[in-house]
Amino acid sequence: MAIAEQQTQAPPGSSDRSWHSIVLQSLKRNEISLVPYVPDRVLTPLIKNLHADPFFTTFATAREEEAVGIVSGAWMGGRRGAVLMQTSGFATLANVLASLAVPYQIPLIMFVSERGTLGEFNYGQSLVCRTMRPVLDSLALEHHTITRLDELEFITDRSIKQAVTTQAPVALILNPLLTGGKTFDK
Amino acid sequence: MRNTKVMNRFDLTSRLIGKLKHEEAVIGGIGNTNFDLWAAGHRPQNFYMLGSMGLAFPIALGVALAQPDRRVFALEGDGSLLMQLGALSTIAALKPKNLVMVVMDNGIYQITGAQPTPAASVADIVAIAIGSGLANSAWAADEEDFERLVDAAMSATEPSLIAVRIDDKPGVGTTRRDPVQIRERFMHGLGVREPL
Repeated sequence: MAIAEQQTQAPPGSSDRSWHSIVLQSLKRNEISLVPYVPDRVLTPLIKNLHADPFFTTFATAREEEAVGIVSGAWMGGRRGAVLMQTSGFATLANVLASLAVPYQIPLIMFVSERGTLGEFNYGQSLVCRTMRPVLDSLALEHHTITRLDELEFITDRSIKQAVTTQAPVALILNPLLTGGKTFDK
Repeated sequence: MRNTKVMNRFDLTSRLIGKLKHEEAVIGGIGNTNFDLWAAGHRPQNFYMLGSMGLAFPIALGVALAQPDRRVFALEGDGSLLMQLGALSTIAALKPKNLVMVVMDNGIYQITGAQPTPAASVADIVAIAIGSGLANSAWAADEEDFERLVDAAMSATEPSLIAVRIDDKPGVGTTRRDPVQIRERFMHGLGVREPL
């Protein structure tokens, strides 16, 4: 389907239907303005466009759990946030999910760029990817793997609203079928 | 390395709380740091961590970014800070002037049996903070100096970090471990929500 790197940059306000544009618009529509991230190759166009949009406060953190702490504090202070990361970064979050996001009932919104499947070239990435859903399931955390562009907006928008209204975290896993993923030649 | 007086965590926490007149937020790090915050007298603007070791500063940063007109204090132990040193650079890059970081340094993991931290005899937290980009970082020489640094942080135009050497005494209270109630009351205290 839509492969980010193959798309030209659409001007703001145009009907850009790339996956990253849909994610950005969903964040905006749900008043999510604080977006700390640990970068990932696939997330590059999204990160670039978040930086270019004055609505967002977006910045890199040193670790994924740091970003989770930041958006948790911001939520309690009345500001909505979301965290961007890749699969290997999610693997560092079990402790903060189990001791902060879940027990304190914080609507943590995570976007995880999925490495380790559909053409992965790094064995470690494919191994760590297999730990992600078991960790999410063990904490009974809502998660969706998004593979289709035509389902992205619905899943993202509804999941954000559910996280906020039920005060529970959600992980939105961006599969290579949606984003194009990262391949060996990149 | 540090010619500073060894002080007491509860005493310093009580002095800090005594200075808060404008509903300042206070984030208490894991273990004894939040036990003494609790013991100094619960305030609706206090948040107590029950896990997620090392995240007192990131959580406080989030509060500071959400409410830029409120001073936000974070109390963190030296062992906890070692788990998340990168957060110092993140904070330095964002420059939230309303964020005040206090590091309680006793060189040990007091709560687990007083084992020395790997940094105890070799590293200087204030030097690490300055090296991470937080120029407004200082050791408090004694209690009076601590109070002076807190006063200065109240009107600082950049993030402040105050490090204190403390003794090996445990916290004098025990926080009620009710995470939902802690979070909800904190949100009431910050004016984000009303009670049901």
